[in-house]
Amino acid sequence: MSDKFTIGRRGLLGGAAGAAGAAALGLAGAANAQKPLVVGFIYVGPRDDYGYNQAHAEAAAVLKKMPGVKVVEEEKVPETVAVEKSMESMINMDGATLLFPTSFGYFDPHMLKMAVKYPKIQFRHCGGLWTQGKHPMNTGSYFGYIDEAQYLSGIVAGATSKSGKLGFVAAKPIPQVLRNINAFTLGAQSVNPKVTTQVIFTGDWSLPVKEAEATNSMIAQGVDVVTCHVDSPKVVIETAERAGIFSSGYHCNQAKLAPKGYLTGAEWNWERIYVDMVNAMKAGQAPGNFVRGGLKDGYVRTSAYGPAAAPAGKEKADAAKLAILNGSLAIFKGPLKDNKGNTVIPAGTSYVATEPKLESMNYLVEGVVGATS
Amino acid sequence: MADGGLGIWGVPLAMLAGAIRVSTPFIFVSIGECLTERSGRINLGLEGTLVMGAMSAYGVALGTDSPWLGVLVAAGVGLLMGALHAGICQLPRVNDIATGIGLMLFGTGLAFFLGKPFIQPKAPNLGAIDLGWWSDIPQVRQALQVNYLFVLGIVLAFALAWALQNTRWGMIVRLAGESVDAALAIGVSVGRVRLIATSIGGAFAGIGGAFLSLYYPGSWNEGLSSGQGLMAVALVIFARWDPVRCLWASLLFGAAGAISPALQSIGVTQGYYLFSAAPYVLTLALMIATCSPERSLRGAPGELGAVK
Repeated sequence: MSDKFTIGRRGLLGGAAGAAGAAALGLAGAANAQKPLVVGFIYVGPRDDYGYNQAHAEAAAVLKKMPGVKVVEEEKVPETVAVEKSMESMINMDGATLLFPTSFGYFDPHMLKMAVKYPKIQFRHCGGLWTQGKHPMNTGSYFGYIDEAQYLSGIVAGATSKSGKLGFVAAKPIPQVLRNINAFTLGAQSVNPKVTTQVIFTGDWSLPVKEAEATNSMIAQGVDVVTCHVDSPKVVIETAERAGIFSSGYHCNQAKLAPKGYLTGAEWNWERIYVDMVNAMKAGQAPGNFVRGGLKDGYVRTSAYGPAAAPAGKEKADAAKLAILNGSLAIFKGPLKDNKGNTVIPAGTSYVATEPKLESMNYLVEGVVGATS
Repeated sequence: MADGGLGIWGVPLAMLAGAIRVSTPFIFVSIGECLTERSGRINLGLEGTLVMGAMSAYGVALGTDSPWLGVLVAAGVGLLMGALHAGICQLPRVNDIATGIGLMLFGTGLAFFLGKPFIQPKAPNLGAIDLGWWSDIPQVRQALQVNYLFVLGIVLAFALAWALQNTRWGMIVRLAGESVDAALAIGVSVGRVRLIATSIGGAFAGIGGAFLSLYYPGSWNEGLSSGQGLMAVALVIFARWDPVRCLWASLLFGAAGAISPALQSIGVTQGYYLFSAAPYVLTLALMIATCSPERSLRGAPGELGAVK
């Protein structure tokens, strides 16, 4: 099914045959009046990793079913000059006019460089901080406020946990990760103020043995619900299930991996963004340059509750979801202290999800056991 | 920490548990490499063999529902890759270091290519022996979940050490590693000895890979090994080409690797990057402590190109 993606597109491009092929493709494309819209996806890891890349690939699969749309994909593209070559080959060989380089490190300088070179092609990046005036108008970025889904997961976790100790396996202490840890903890504390979240940073996005070790050592300390922010949550969820504790997913639905202990999870729903952008392209418009959204916009969602989720937790999470949807609940509001005792949000201040200060979060809230450095 | 946690006692326990859980691939790869190097050849390709073993074991376990068949196939795949390395190295003017690096890239690339369909599905895992039945503390019981392959690794390490010293077969392997001329003089085919030693070394590495994908962490993905095969090859030098010391070195490495998550889990959170580097720092420190300017590396096989 995925074999065709493993044959290096770049290898082809290097040869003379590739150049000839590109010319032929270009001609064929021009001759066809009803040519489909070609959309290119670039992933940093395998597309079926039960994680970040799979979330994007699942949405790409939805685009494939749309009439008049052709999707080209390349996976395992490193965040180096290699991604520029992937983009060029998608543009020149496949005739892609809309590109989604999905990994964080693709944005600056690689995607920006390509955008200047190919001003007629639209580039949209996942997670980058696009700024009007600073970045080209044929580029843009989109992202989801997944901390809202993490907050709801935290409620279920806090209500289900018997020991009151939650565990969070995290890759690196960057703002997006810290925001998830904090939202998860605040959610749990909203149902049980005594809950603590133990964080273990593994140091990188994909280190299966370290992730398993981190999960096990938290279990040894009495943690009974774990969740994570790593590229592929598979190892963490499976390790938790084997040890007989509860787990909460991330990126996409991992219920299949833990039929007994899976409570719920914070999932991306990129399909909404991609379908909107493709429709804009088909209507002859440029897709949005700065697209952000959370639960309300349908960009993120939570997994269906597992059998172990406490009924009280489900009820409270559903209520909190409604409150987030109608705007009456802010996750980050004062008075809020970090775990060193400093006040990070003064009393009376309440941040909406779009608040830029939240995108540069550098603290862990009270109740999180861990440090950012 | 009263509610179910062990507090500071969790750290030594976690290190013990880490040694038991994490060290097995290191044990297999390092004793395999130890055997190969004692016969006078270096196989740097064991990282590739490890990953191929992990992938094929997972695939077979998935297809047949039998994890032990997966282990067997992984050993077979390792055997073939070892034989391939030995075969190539026997050609004239071939450098075994370069071949090894080539085979490492070949093995990982092939495993990633063939392993695509196995990333998602869940294969049955190898079971564990519960050695903690005597304890009421769940953490102790969890730490003493011992996999059969770990036990096999320990037995193999001692068996190999004994065989190298006390059997005719072991003497021939050492002879091929120490002096080709002497081996030829008594009519030993050095090429054949190295072929067999390299193949068996590859088979061991394959089993190490099977442990990774079928027991701990227990699933196949492309970041699974992250260089463990290479570290294990380095451990052989650290262990001075002695299988039993390879075993201790692997255990030490596994235990040191558990320090960082264990400390973070009891709330010692400052400097976890430093603690993550503990295995490497420890290895380096021990290397410096045990080396001497007066003599060359003790125990190094005489024919081994890398340490001449």
